[in-house]
Amino acid sequence: MSRKMAEHVSDSAADVPTLSQIFLAFLAVSLSGFGGTLPWAYRMVVEKRRWMTASEFSEVFSLCQFLPGANVVNFSVVFGSRMRGVPGALVCFFGLVGPPFGIVLVLGALYARFGDVEALGRVLAGMAAAACGLIAATSAKLAEPLIRSRAFWGWGIVLAAIVAIGLVGWPLPWVLLGLAPLSIALAWWERR
Amino acid sequence: MKPGVLATLASHFLLLSLLAFGGANAVIPEIHRDAVVISRWMTDQQFADLFAISQASPGPNILIVTLVGYHVAGLAGALVTTAAMCGPTCVFVYFVGRVWNRFRYARWRIVVQAGLVPVSIGLIAAAAMVLARAADHNWVAVLITLGTAALAYATRIHPLWMFAGAGLLGLAGLV
Repeated sequence: MSRKMAEHVSDSAADVPTLSQIFLAFLAVSLSGFGGTLPWAYRMVVEKRRWMTASEFSEVFSLCQFLPGANVVNFSVVFGSRMRGVPGALVCFFGLVGPPFGIVLVLGALYARFGDVEALGRVLAGMAAAACGLIAATSAKLAEPLIRSRAFWGWGIVLAAIVAIGLVGWPLPWVLLGLAPLSIALAWWERR
Repeated sequence: MKPGVLATLASHFLLLSLLAFGGANAVIPEIHRDAVVISRWMTDQQFADLFAISQASPGPNILIVTLVGYHVAGLAGALVTTAAMCGPTCVFVYFVGRVWNRFRYARWRIVVQAGLVPVSIGLIAAAAMVLARAADHNWVAVLITLGTAALAYATRIHPLWMFAGAGLLGLAGLV
């Protein structure tokens, strides 16, 4: 037991990673992440390198979900700044976003050049149908805790957002302006 | 004309980033509304194609905005939309991250976050509907969407395999 504790202590007191270490880590996260990079970020930062404990990770991630913007991109900035200040935030951001940015640019250029080729159009039509399915599965997974919680007001808000945005096609700013305060008020009422 | 387009892209995606509760997927319907319906930068099918490309490439979900920017105004457009989408929110999160512990356990913070969860779930589900309307023109496409959704929900099969299968069905002329 004492050995395990000693290991744990040495883990948490591990040297602060260097800029190139965190850059390469986020590079690896971004290149292995298809359809969402969050699980890979967790694996790298918590399980593999142990730069953060699971609770530190969830603390920072709750912040990134709380604020608007791409959650994983936000995470890279906060993680990098905790490790190495502003330079750390910058290298983690560019490690995460830089290489995929280059890749989609190449793909975008190929699409602009060959998008009219009939066979490619057919392949993309199939892939596009699959992409809708992936995002539908994402929303279903996210909804699981809510469905289990039996917080019916939450179901109503989900439904209202689906109807307003998905069916009627209202502009997002107006829908958010209406739904977000209502939903927050209901969450407050539930916990009062 | 070009500087005008870039300024439009910058302002649109800047506003969008500030509304992105629930990440990039939650603002897909608004990007679609803007790019296809209002500004008419692309067709429904092109939007669906670009989204498929962004999902089939590695990296964060945010890259759909890079592709939209590239489609509208080339490399400059891609840089502008990506910077507008990531820059301000990153600066914001950097500063909030330094004082986060002060209000992390504050009651208002927990209530606000609990209130935003159903909104973002609804927005992501709406994104799936908007994309399906843009992409699914026949029953085979609908079946691919439903099948992918079921597989991605219930199994741990890598999404690239689903894209490969769907792409082959498309190549065979079924979609």
